[in-house]
Amino acid sequence: MKIIVAGCGKIGTAILADLVAEGHDVTALDESPELISEITNIHDVMAICGNCADCYTLEEAGIADTDMFVAATDSDELNMLSCFLAKRMGAGHTIARIRNPEYNDSSLVFMRKHLELAMALNPEQLTAGELFNVLKLPAAVRRESFSRRRFEVVEFRLDHGTKLHGLTVQKMREKYNASFLICTVRRGDKVFIPHGGFVLESGDKIGVIAAPTEILKFLRLLGEMKKQAKSIIILGGSRTAYYLAKMCTEVGMSVKIIEKSPERCIELSTLLPKAVIIQGDGATQEILIEEGLRDVDAFVCLTGQDEENILVSMFATTQKVPKVMTKVNRDELISLASKIGLDCIVSPKELSSGIVVRYARAIQNSMGSNVETLYKIMDGMAEALEFKVGEDFPMIDVPLKDIRFKPGILIAGILRDRKTIIPTGDDRMLIGDRVVVIAAEQRLKDLSDIIK
Amino acid sequence: MNRRMVFYMIGQIIKVEALLLVLPLIVSLCYGESCWQAYAATIGIALAVGFGFTLISKPGTKLIFAKEGFVIVAVSWILMSFIGALPFVISKEIPRVVDAFFETVSGFTTTGASILPNVELMSHGNLFWRSFTHWIGGMGVLVFIMAIVPSATDRSIHIMKAEVPGPIMGKLVPRVKQTARILYLIYVAMTVLEFIMLLCGGMSVFESAVHTFGTAGTGGFGARGDSIAGYSPYIQWVITAFMLLFGVNFNLYYLLLLRRFNSVFKSGELWTYLGINFAATAIIAVNIFNLYGSVEQSIRLSAFQVASISTTTGFATADFNAWPEFSKGILLVLMFIGAMAGSTAGGLKVSRIVLLFKMIKREFLHMLHPRSVSAVRFEGKTVNDDTLNSVSSYFSLFMGGFFVMFLLLCLDKYDFQTNFSAVAACINNIGPGFGAVGPAGNFAGYSDFSKTILSAAMLLGRLELYPMLIALSPSTWSKK
Repeated sequence: MKIIVAGCGKIGTAILADLVAEGHDVTALDESPELISEITNIHDVMAICGNCADCYTLEEAGIADTDMFVAATDSDELNMLSCFLAKRMGAGHTIARIRNPEYNDSSLVFMRKHLELAMALNPEQLTAGELFNVLKLPAAVRRESFSRRRFEVVEFRLDHGTKLHGLTVQKMREKYNASFLICTVRRGDKVFIPHGGFVLESGDKIGVIAAPTEILKFLRLLGEMKKQAKSIIILGGSRTAYYLAKMCTEVGMSVKIIEKSPERCIELSTLLPKAVIIQGDGATQEILIEEGLRDVDAFVCLTGQDEENILVSMFATTQKVPKVMTKVNRDELISLASKIGLDCIVSPKELSSGIVVRYARAIQNSMGSNVETLYKIMDGMAEALEFKVGEDFPMIDVPLKDIRFKPGILIAGILRDRKTIIPTGDDRMLIGDRVVVIAAEQRLKDLSDIIK
Repeated sequence: MNRRMVFYMIGQIIKVEALLLVLPLIVSLCYGESCWQAYAATIGIALAVGFGFTLISKPGTKLIFAKEGFVIVAVSWILMSFIGALPFVISKEIPRVVDAFFETVSGFTTTGASILPNVELMSHGNLFWRSFTHWIGGMGVLVFIMAIVPSATDRSIHIMKAEVPGPIMGKLVPRVKQTARILYLIYVAMTVLEFIMLLCGGMSVFESAVHTFGTAGTGGFGARGDSIAGYSPYIQWVITAFMLLFGVNFNLYYLLLLRRFNSVFKSGELWTYLGINFAATAIIAVNIFNLYGSVEQSIRLSAFQVASISTTTGFATADFNAWPEFSKGILLVLMFIGAMAGSTAGGLKVSRIVLLFKMIKREFLHMLHPRSVSAVRFEGKTVNDDTLNSVSSYFSLFMGGFFVMFLLLCLDKYDFQTNFSAVAACINNIGPGFGAVGPAGNFAGYSDFSKTILSAAMLLGRLELYPMLIALSPSTWSKK
């Protein structure tokens, strides 16, 4: 597909890098010549220097036969304007990054309709949503749902002294007799798709797929169940903090926000009457202890600085806070942070690019490919995809154990007439089923790609 | 530096060269000549070297940066010229290695300077290979590889930047691979068109091919001792037109295919290029009118020579060495200007000249009004200072290199005019110069030392100096 990405900041660059890797033809627009020349050096894209709300620049980029236009500059208004122009000049689908909370209330529906936006991308809100999901199930480090919430993939870290240490995947399934499947294991820098004889160790990060109710059962069996967080501290009063605090206070959690700037504190206290706003430098340990860091259920680090977030999170871990979550934006720091033991890390740009890539695949579906949904799991090292089984699939009604799959492929779930099946070797795929496939280190375009 | 990837890419290039050597092998077999054995042997050697490189160095990571791009291009061009020279040596038609290397470098760099006293004695196979190197070198081997090899890296743009001439490298479409393919498609289409038009003019198939390759790569190797002079006026006009066409930036042809005529007509570089050619043709035609006495002939000869020199091809239809000094002066200036960036031609490139003049104008304004601020605009866009700096430092380096090599050449036995024009003709990839190296002469009389210097000049000129200098500097290779 032909895609134009306007605005090559952190988010824009992450989006275009992922789209190029997906095999799309990407054209980048930005006003800064330095950024443009850097991008053409690193990514295989065409880059044009100019204002993305300028008709001539858009024309030069070939807007008329573009399938998707993504505006990700740091100005909401510019994004909206350029999307509007792009649509009028013939672009297929337009996506605008809109992050100001004032635009993101009820007026968003009106604006989306009249600007003919396919999607409004709000990285801060996405991040907050992701954090909120995990806060509701603190034992997990990440959770994603499939097939309208009939399947969930939840990622856990196996702590020291876990009951699973030393068990093979096969034995564990026999022992707990629950309908779930371990679909991915991350050990160090490697991701495995485990087979029956795979031995689990403490320190592994595992991804489990099951129906949502089964997940809770599984956790209870393991004794790993932690209660939903009741009280949280958020460090930094960014937009993400605002969205998160709003979601949390709405379900009755008690929220404390620590923010440096007095002006921002006043703003926040008017916006969030139920939250407690503390003005002070959250990087000082004394303030954190004084505000009850040792007693909260969860601590979320959302300042603008990756390094500060990582350091303060490390301190919180030493203070035995049950759940510490960290926002990190730079790729190289993400892998560093997970090495030093911070495992619940969210990256706004990864979330945003993930959602754009998912959307691009959805457009492609209507153009012939048949991936229904796609999620990146295990820090982007594996993908979980949902396919619909069509008539042309060659392995219909063949027991799974008789199919020769490519390495790094797992059939993790089958959905048949509202019934969820966590498959064993004897299950079969039938026409009309939806199947969830886990794939490591490869990109699938079609269900038949999984066969050798 | 990612040495494994560098050597891997070089191995790939040598393999492609082995593939290309099959063509002259077939030609010599068709003519029943004995030099096919030389080509068979060379293909064997090239395959051995190529597979040797790719087998020894399996790259762990394909990540390359600008430095690797420069080194890959520079080293592979040198190695390619060595292997390309082998058939001449093995078939004993150019027995000496230095001579054969000079001839092959001259071919790949699309220079067209020759050490052969009598071209017509060469076998068809060797003549074909000599001209075919022009065609390969014109668009570049690495661009060719990028068009066909499936898994080039995201950063292969660095290789393309190092091989495609011009101050700014513009992509046509988002993917490097697609860009390389489009460039080669345009190149092949234009080559085929010229080939057919020459056949229509009554030229034999073999000579049409040879001259088409010479024009397309803006090289200048022909099949006869008097270059194009012996052919009909129709053929001379066809070649004049195609020389000018191959001197145009290929991006403009792509824009034409997309029907974006406006962008093509707005190209300042195109108008400057055409303007220079028309003006030079007119002045020289008037200047040489007394020698020939016919209006048609003086315009035809003038237009051909101007197009040949300004696009750095180097064909000749007249011995311009015997022309008045003023005409020779104009031709010498044209040698340095060259044709458009992004074409197959050499020289400094019209766009650099335009930018240099605009910078001079800005400097003037700045002296008159010290507080004035003015941006340099080119092709409807403001040119940033980085590009301007690189243009002016390229010019300084070019001139510096030129004079160093000129001094070294002065150690030889020839006069000032010959030496000066020989270096100019080599570093700008033209071919014939003035004096003893004029269209009627050749480079055979120079010593081995001078021939090596001139070979280096041709490589430096074709790859625009930096790749060669970077590959040869020790700090590139040290691990510190």
